[in-house]
Amino acid sequence: MTDATAATGAPAQARRPFASLLTLDEHTKRRNATEARFKAYGLAAVLAGLFFLVVLFVSIISNGIPAFTRMVVELDFTLTQAQFDEAESQLLKTGAYQGYFVEGFDKALEERGVEVEYDAAVLDRLIGKVGGIMREFYAANPDKIGEEVVFELPTSSRVDGYFNGRLKREDVSDSRFLEASDLDLADELYEAGIIKSDFNWTFITGADSGVDNPGGAGIGASVVGSFFMMIVVLALSLPIGVATSIYLEEFAPKNWFTDLIEVNISNLAAVPSIVFGILGLAVFIQFAGLPQSAPLVGGLVLTLMTLPTIIISTRASLKAVPPSIRDAALGVGASKMQSVFHHVLPLAMPGILTGTIIGLAQALGETAPLLLIGMVGFVARGYPDSFLTGFTEANSAMPAQIYTWAARADASFYEKAWGGIIVLLLFLMTMNIIAIILRRRFERRW
Amino acid sequence: MKTMLTEADNTVATVPAAGPRDTKIKARKVQVYYGDTHAIKDVDVDLEDKAVTAFIGPSGCGKSTFLRCLNRMNDTIDVARVEGEITIDDEDIYDKKVDPVQLRAKVGMVFQKPNPFPKSIYDNVAYGPRIHGLAKSKADLDVIVEKSLRRGAIWDEVKDRLTAPGTGLSGGQQQRLCIARAVATEPEVLLMDEPCSALDPIATAKVEELIDELRESYTIVIVTHSMQQAARVSQRTAMFHLGELVEFGDTKEIFTNPTEKRTQDYITGRFG
Ligand SMILES: Nc1ncnc2c1ncn2[C@@H]1O[C@H](COP(=O)(O)OP(=O)(O)OP(=O)(O)O)[C@@H](O)[C@H]1O
Ligand SMILES: [Mg+2]
Repeated sequence: MTDATAATGAPAQARRPFASLLTLDEHTKRRNATEARFKAYGLAAVLAGLFFLVVLFVSIISNGIPAFTRMVVELDFTLTQAQFDEAESQLLKTGAYQGYFVEGFDKALEERGVEVEYDAAVLDRLIGKVGGIMREFYAANPDKIGEEVVFELPTSSRVDGYFNGRLKREDVSDSRFLEASDLDLADELYEAGIIKSDFNWTFITGADSGVDNPGGAGIGASVVGSFFMMIVVLALSLPIGVATSIYLEEFAPKNWFTDLIEVNISNLAAVPSIVFGILGLAVFIQFAGLPQSAPLVGGLVLTLMTLPTIIISTRASLKAVPPSIRDAALGVGASKMQSVFHHVLPLAMPGILTGTIIGLAQALGETAPLLLIGMVGFVARGYPDSFLTGFTEANSAMPAQIYTWAARADASFYEKAWGGIIVLLLFLMTMNIIAIILRRRFERRW
Repeated sequence: MKTMLTEADNTVATVPAAGPRDTKIKARKVQVYYGDTHAIKDVDVDLEDKAVTAFIGPSGCGKSTFLRCLNRMNDTIDVARVEGEITIDDEDIYDKKVDPVQLRAKVGMVFQKPNPFPKSIYDNVAYGPRIHGLAKSKADLDVIVEKSLRRGAIWDEVKDRLTAPGTGLSGGQQQRLCIARAVATEPEVLLMDEPCSALDPIATAKVEELIDELRESYTIVIVTHSMQQAARVSQRTAMFHLGELVEFGDTKEIFTNPTEKRTQDYITGRFG
């Protein structure tokens, strides 16, 4: 009170000049302009990022979608018991089946009212030798003899390419694989509905089929390879990484030795992955004698790579738990161990899980080290026989498979590579969504 | 304020004059260093059993630091170093054979800042009894939790929402929850670092009542910035300044007839 009276009595020079709140002064204007500029930069950066993301997705999807469809010749076919017996008694058994197929094919053309002249050799070029496929089918399903069966036979990769635009008619140079005139028949068949587009299950479930057979190539086997590797990575890197972090963060004395360990872990996170690959080759395969190309070895190498990521993120989330929680636990007589496991760890859980899943996602997309230990694409020739052999049997992994396909000469493998990338991205997205869900679930409100 | 002061005077008057009592905690030549900072200098003090000792002194003088020596919470601070001798029941608590965990079960603590676990109210209180195996059954535990919450003067406010998170309570409620948590483990010594700094006068009165009640069976040390509170609840008062123990004696004596000028100035509000 006394101060206020003193102020009114004193000359007014100490006071600031009157300033209306309804108009902005110079200082405020400048400050607001800076703020607006900063917001604009940020927005521009976000938009640029979004733009590239959209370009990326559009190109991946437009290039990769054809890998999920294929052109098939669909044919209703009935094999009589007599035909079966006759074919099996002949010397060239598949040849006989081939003959039946051509007969059935003619019948189908007739039913649909298509009138074309063609040479049986054209069929070979369009869909390959189907005699073997048919014989195999009837040997496996003898009860289907005499019944009508719908055969879906994939067309050759060139015909496939012709229909999805990869191969232009004017680019076709006559060869034993395809002649330009064959495409006339293909067009007719397409209009008649005998050749049609179909979802390519082989691409999802199949294995690598070798350089000559892009049509039969699938990513399934290498998905399984990746799966077994991820089991190894998760089973090793999560417990080791979390235990290391807890020890370093909560128990280890702070001295030059632990500082050294800390620096080295940070450095390990920055080591190029190919270095881990050559280390794996030298240590796990050449020294320890583990089988080459095995998901087990791949998993071990990726574990080495993932550990620093997990350790760093786990330590960061342990550090983020307020010390007052530790004090509270110790204050009621909990041991160090109890305070960590009952209070600190549950609070750090969302961070640990996020870090782990990001580490796993990195490992899932890693290619270089796998190439060095022999998990190249063409190794993925089929599914493992059992769960346990899944770890030791030679296999590839998704990114290595994609790399192998992309390096092949046949243009239709290029399409498979894009398709493989879509599958890989789907897996990564799933993992990220799981990370988000887990974080939401474990997060505690303060 | 007037009425509270007179009340306080009454309380002081009714507290029996400090006769010869057993010494529970004995500190001799205690030094605490935080790195190069000498935070506690040469403190000698005898804390009586079944009595309340108040630590008073200006901010930053080392009250919390000394309090944390008594249950070895300073062990958790890397740079902190404690020298000298502190005994509880004539046993050196800094002896190599002493496990600080066992010590802290005996010497409970309420921290300056409320720090409930981010768990349910029930679990906050039940945690101590659980890890020390104080309850044979769920029913036992329920009894302990209710009793402790009542002692913390918070039972009526939380009895309908024991499963709600303890961190969702108001600051003052959180502090009372922490008091309940500390008494739930039945310590012999209770260290309270400004337990009432976030409480309203009603809750403060309840906590003070609790302290008075606990005094029957425990040794209590309370840090406080409220002279009235020190006068109301404590039998003995220790005055700290710049890491030194300036004066230590019967509360009544210190408040009515301090020997040191610094104490007198602090109590009357001339510095701090
Ligand atoms: N963890 C720490 N590291 C370094 N110095 C510390 C630490 N804790 C306290 N100190 C220092 O020790 C001195 C005593 O601090 P202390 O917390 O004991 O004061 P206090 O008497 O409890 O004060 P207040 O009444 O404000 O709580 C202060 O100078 C403080 O800066
Ligand atoms: Mg303090």
